[in-house]
Amino acid sequence: MTLSPDEIIQRRVALELHEGTLVNLGIGLPTGVSKYIAPSLGILFQSENGIVGMDSRPPEGMEDEELTDAGGGYISAVPGAATVDSTMSFGLIRGGHLDATVLGGLQVDEKGHLANWVVPGKMVPGMGGAMDLVSGARRVLVAMQHTARGNPKIVPECTLPLTATRRVTLIITDLAVIEPTDAGLVLLERAPGVEVAEIVAATSARLIIAEVVPEMAFGG
Amino acid sequence: MKKGVTPEEAAAMISDGAVLMIGGFMGVGSPHRTIAALVERGVRNLTIIANDTAKADYGIGKLIRAGAVARLVASHIGLNPETQRAMIDGVIDVELTPQGTLAEQIRAGGYGLGGVLTKTALGTTAAEGKKIIDIDGEPWLYAPPLKADFALIACDRCDHNGNVSYQLTATNFNPVMAMAAQTVICEPREIVPVGVIPPDHVNTPGVLVNYIIRRGAHQ
Repeated sequence: MTLSPDEIIQRRVALELHEGTLVNLGIGLPTGVSKYIAPSLGILFQSENGIVGMDSRPPEGMEDEELTDAGGGYISAVPGAATVDSTMSFGLIRGGHLDATVLGGLQVDEKGHLANWVVPGKMVPGMGGAMDLVSGARRVLVAMQHTARGNPKIVPECTLPLTATRRVTLIITDLAVIEPTDAGLVLLERAPGVEVAEIVAATSARLIIAEVVPEMAFGG
Repeated sequence: MKKGVTPEEAAAMISDGAVLMIGGFMGVGSPHRTIAALVERGVRNLTIIANDTAKADYGIGKLIRAGAVARLVASHIGLNPETQRAMIDGVIDVELTPQGTLAEQIRAGGYGLGGVLTKTALGTTAAEGKKIIDIDGEPWLYAPPLKADFALIACDRCDHNGNVSYQLTATNFNPVMAMAAQTVICEPREIVPVGVIPPDHVNTPGVLVNYIIRRGAHQ
């Protein structure tokens, strides 16, 4: 089985999500993680515009204009879902009620700091909920391509403005799984068929590398 | 019984330079008819406090395109390139605030509190120029309360007394904004007699609502 870079990332992130927990998936690549989560796990997806128990887009013509995700796209709700206002939505996030947030990244550095909300002078989308999510979720999972147009995104020190000064929990890319620790970035796993040397070449940050680095195991 | 007004009458109450909170999240749960009337009236120099500016020429994006906005406090403008352009060109003074902090600043304004202490944005460029308060050796970022002259909110149902019930993800910032403004103008999808909305389904009590936008001809 050959997996696309996005599929590798999404499948590997899915293994980090635990039964019966509340999880926030960012717009874009992280959203696709839900494809690899068995409904029987009872994981509830939160969207910061105010729903606990978001489900996928309804069939054409069945959309409700008052049931949407944080990008304004139509969604449906799982049985047992709840909708909340913005203060409670962020109370869930900041108050430690969210098990994990999965977000994209522009850069992550050796301290495990994430930059993902602005490219000064070029792109000023605003932080939206990202700063609250990275500050408040119990675990912060960064899901991103390892490089951008061939340039490393895992760098010694972020040159873009940080999203938070909190260390992220795990970095999952199409090449590797990396854990930021007190000692630095530890290379935990390789993507299928990827050699350690390729990962090192695609990373400008220093990596701590054990003698044996296992391949990601996707189970089924 | 509350006073029903047309969107045009509501727009006429809002003078140039007013501070408005406008409910909605990417246009979902925004008072679209009231916004259109404000654009039609040619209002200028507004300060808008809102989660986002929706899309170009949609929702709050209509006010941006019309040049009605001088200052904007929002958390996300990424899906409206016209707002981003106006920010970069210095046409609109934009203050970007983390979404959860913005919600709590509005709540503090409406609930009579002196502001919010949060960890969000500590140590980032979004904290530059902001107060850091030390409590028992721990740093917290202080965010002041926000208030407005008008809150323009939208809801699913509203009764003749102004009791409001929201639906699904159209709730978002509407209930908290209804607490934080001098004058609250509510644009419901449906207006129902008093008693139709059971007390425990009322999300915003009618005492907070000053004006109800009347139904349109085709509603």
